[in-house]
Amino acid sequence: MPTPPQRTLIVMPAFNEESSVGAVVAEVFRTLPGVSCLVIDDGSSDRTARVAARAGATVAQLPYNLGVGGAMRVGFRFAVENGFHNVVQVDSDGQHDPRYVPDLLAALDTADIAIGARFAGVGSYEVKGPRRWAMSLLSVVISRIAGTELRDTTSGFKAMGPRAITLFSSNYPAEYLGDTIEALVIAARSRLRITQVPTAMRERAAGRPSHNPIKATVYLARASLALLVGLLRPATPIPGDES
Amino acid sequence: MTVASYVLGIAAALLVLIIVTEMLRRRRLRERHAIWWFIAGILALVAGVFPNTLEWAARLVGVQLPTNLVFFVSIAILFLVCLQHAAELTTVEAKTRTLAEQSALQELRIRQLEQQLYGHDRLTADNRDD
Repeated sequence: MPTPPQRTLIVMPAFNEESSVGAVVAEVFRTLPGVSCLVIDDGSSDRTARVAARAGATVAQLPYNLGVGGAMRVGFRFAVENGFHNVVQVDSDGQHDPRYVPDLLAALDTADIAIGARFAGVGSYEVKGPRRWAMSLLSVVISRIAGTELRDTTSGFKAMGPRAITLFSSNYPAEYLGDTIEALVIAARSRLRITQVPTAMRERAAGRPSHNPIKATVYLARASLALLVGLLRPATPIPGDES
Repeated sequence: MTVASYVLGIAAALLVLIIVTEMLRRRRLRERHAIWWFIAGILALVAGVFPNTLEWAARLVGVQLPTNLVFFVSIAILFLVCLQHAAELTTVEAKTRTLAEQSALQELRIRQLEQQLYGHDRLTADNRDD
């Protein structure tokens, strides 16, 4: 059942992105005619909200910075309240190419969450050293939990179908890394089907991942914590979902 | 034990109780936060007025030096209070986050109404700059 573009909401968390958000919104409307675009201004101190609104996006302004998780919660609630079927999370800094959104949406025919994965064959996104080991380890563990191979568990480029939106609108972690790792664990344990779609990331934000080994270790520790907390919490049943 | 240390113990315990009561009276402290300080104050007062009870309690639980029981109980109470505060901070954070989200969505609805009424809203209007 293909969903018409009118039922698809592009959600863009934006924190001080006045220099890029306008172009990204314009590109979304150009590549994906008919979709709605909600920019969540996550407590920016610059003109992010204004620029996004002038570019034609619907803008929700958070009174202070909540992080990507908090911003996405607003997006999911907006989607539920306004009857959207699918939510696609796109970064406001331009690293995600909206041309892949139809691929992600197509994958939702057989899944509840489609991740735009950076290491799955397309593009040249490359991470080395400890950070790479951390990400590989996460990918192995989460793939096992989800029961499907997921190469890129920390990607912020994701499409979510109706069941995922219902789950996440009431239950989305707002901690650091919670919006990627813990959210996937919650989804997998609520028996949502997760899949990945190979995507290329653009140079701009994907350009310099940190190679500092101490930072990578801290990253691994925090990611493991997010993973563990996700596993410890009881599985959440999806409202109105009997099977 | 000297008279001075005896008086000091009682005075300190009374001071705690007076401060907690006063803060409760002025609504600077809620009952469920005051309860631990009350317990601590009363225990200290009892141990201060009747040092024998402390020795008796120490023997009862097999602590050789009664002072160590004082330290143990004090640390236990402080630990519980900290834990209670962390738990409540988590609740409060979750509540403020929900409020922030709701305020963002309501502000959006207000602007959509403005858009319908005037054809522009606070963000798309040209004459203002915030």
